[in-house]
Amino acid sequence: MKNAFIIASKDLMRSVRDRSAIVTAIVAPFALAFILSTVLGGEDGSSLNVTFATVDQDGGPVSTVLIDEILPSLEQEGAELVDAGSVEGARRMAEDGDIAAAFVLPEGLSEAVQSNEPAEITVIADPEAEIGGQIARGVAEGFAAELNAARLSIGTVIASGAADPSEIQGLQQEASDVPMPTRLVKSSAGGRQFDSNTFFAAGIAVFFLFFTVQLGAVSLLQERKEGTLARLLAAPVSRATIVSAKAIYSFVLGALSMTILIVASTFLMGAQWGDPLGVAVVVLSAVFAAMGLQSLVATLASTDEQAAGYGAIVGVTLGLLGGTFFPIAQGPGLISRLSFVSPHRWIMRSLGELSGGAGTLADVLPSVAVLLLFGAITGAVALYRSRSLVAAS
Amino acid sequence: MTAIAQTESGVPSSTDARPILDCRGLEKSYGDRRAVAGVGFEIAAGETYGLLGPNGAGKTTTISMVCGLLSRDAGEVVVNGKPLTPSSTDAKTAIGYVPQDLAIYPDLTAKENLTFFGRLYGMARVDIRQRSKEILEITGLADRADERTDEFSGGMKRRLNIGIALLHRPSLLVLDEPTVGVDPQSRNAILGNVEALSGAGMAVLYTTHYMEEAERLCDRVGIIDEGEIKAEGTRRELVAILGEHDHVSLDATGDLTGAARALASLETIAEATHRESGIDLILANASRHLPQILETVAQADAEVTSVNVVEPDLEAVFLKLTGKALRD
Ligand SMILES: Nc1ncnc2c1ncn2[C@@H]1O[C@H](COP(=O)(O)OP(=O)(O)O)[C@@H](O)[C@H]1O
Ligand SMILES: [Mg+2]
Repeated sequence: MKNAFIIASKDLMRSVRDRSAIVTAIVAPFALAFILSTVLGGEDGSSLNVTFATVDQDGGPVSTVLIDEILPSLEQEGAELVDAGSVEGARRMAEDGDIAAAFVLPEGLSEAVQSNEPAEITVIADPEAEIGGQIARGVAEGFAAELNAARLSIGTVIASGAADPSEIQGLQQEASDVPMPTRLVKSSAGGRQFDSNTFFAAGIAVFFLFFTVQLGAVSLLQERKEGTLARLLAAPVSRATIVSAKAIYSFVLGALSMTILIVASTFLMGAQWGDPLGVAVVVLSAVFAAMGLQSLVATLASTDEQAAGYGAIVGVTLGLLGGTFFPIAQGPGLISRLSFVSPHRWIMRSLGELSGGAGTLADVLPSVAVLLLFGAITGAVALYRSRSLVAAS
Repeated sequence: MTAIAQTESGVPSSTDARPILDCRGLEKSYGDRRAVAGVGFEIAAGETYGLLGPNGAGKTTTISMVCGLLSRDAGEVVVNGKPLTPSSTDAKTAIGYVPQDLAIYPDLTAKENLTFFGRLYGMARVDIRQRSKEILEITGLADRADERTDEFSGGMKRRLNIGIALLHRPSLLVLDEPTVGVDPQSRNAILGNVEALSGAGMAVLYTTHYMEEAERLCDRVGIIDEGEIKAEGTRRELVAILGEHDHVSLDATGDLTGAARALASLETIAEATHRESGIDLILANASRHLPQILETVAQADAEVTSVNVVEPDLEAVFLKLTGKALRD
């Protein structure tokens, strides 16, 4: 066992020197989480940090409800509301990037709605502010649904000069295909509530964890390529010791990277991870599950580059499926059910339950059990397969 | 094995009671391919034993089993009286292994490489520090000790590669073709080091496909081909296998393959094989048969430019035993 630690600490020393491991484990995930939360979240964790404008040509009860009762709730989220005065003014502001989007309430809107005549609320969106435009459209659609006005449609105009109508339609289509992190995150079920900063920090930490824990298996293949594995095998060190050393190395890197990301996101991004004991247990079982899976994947490869490639494919696929970037796990039934094959889903689920202090260790134990089982099974198969890897040097 | 080899084997050339390495009956197959088919030899303290054979003969496979980094299908390895098993640490600790390919960490310094392996061999820190210094002196790397090894020249890497194997004071040093791809100067230094170590009482197992190295370094040589030791003994004993035979080396141009085949079919010629720019022959009474040889070559559309009767050497022994050249 002492030899396993000697080998593992050598590997840690090499990865500190090499820097690429540090980038994978800490720098890249933190940078990405920070950027996403700044762009999508804002400073204090829930603020929208965008400006919306209104153009009220209606002046009737319908526009009053929207402007006085619905939109102020956006203000509470941190958005700013301004009156654009005219459609022209709104368009200019959107083009200049002064606002993310403007709500245009046309003349006669209230009358049309009351007499169930066709009418349209137009959203003029800044082409650069994709998320802001999405939010505005979402609000308008929600409003229309609430009014129960079947004939009230929502038009979106992208403020980019004289765009031709078909192009606008295409953009509109595209835009509506983009999931809306903020809204979806907030609509997550039951007690599993992530605020957006915690969600981004958790999702990205978990996503990168599956890259970090590969490094042990990759370094074993690398030692084989560099010829040093032959020397390790000739030394008074058993094969099991060498494999254990790589496992220790992966585990330490994985746990360290998660810990650093959790601490850093707490202090720098205002993420709220919740019950420390629960988070610690989830993190350790997450590292374990990720290690088992990625070691197994590495045993399918014959070179270190190949292992890293396979690991990346698995990490990205299961990461997306498991909802580390977008909570697609809460999407349509099939995908949602399918997402449970991904360990990411179980990790995100338990972190979601804990975040903001809602849940405790007891709440996440079932998910933790799934993760441990997952890690044990994949890890056992990986160990079995690694016998030939170490022997055929 | 030849008669000579058989009479010699089993009788350690040194008078010491116990050999440092005693291995016998080693076998290893990769799938259907028998890489090593029953190899065994002994090496005494202070003795250098060479495994001489062409690429693919089974040298690395044999050595890998001796050092315990490859499981063997059959056979025994005893080092310093201790059997080498997958879990044995005693036997492994007595061996210093120099892999055929470089086995050093490129992103660690020379000193860090030494320290890491020293710790794996259970050396105390003080001892590691002391001994690393010595090794760095011996290998001429003292003033580069704190540089990453990926900044080293090929020769320096080779020397460190050997130095790491010596750090823990093994009683058996195993080197697998340590001079392949090395410049002449480093090569000389490596051969000199091995001679000095052997002189200091270390048992050495040395594999090579260079006849000159085997002749210079080794007290005894095992000639290995296709996974078997074809003959074993001192240089003199091995050359005696040639008996009355001479080694004739022709420089020639033209259809060398055809000429060699035609020569081989002659009754007077024991072995004939061609190399890039000539033909090697093993035959008795060379001078008497020279006219016949030249005529045969001419008939086969080749032309002899010079004829050398070579002093009997291990290359000729290999040719006689296997019908093949040691190198092509
Ligand atoms: N890992 C392996 N898998 C399959 N065949 C191998 C392997 N290693 C060696 N061999 C084969 O075994 C034979 C002996 O190889 P080796 O011991 O490396 O020879 P040498 O060191 O004398 O050049 C060769 O024919 C080689 O192709
Ligand atoms: Mg070899």
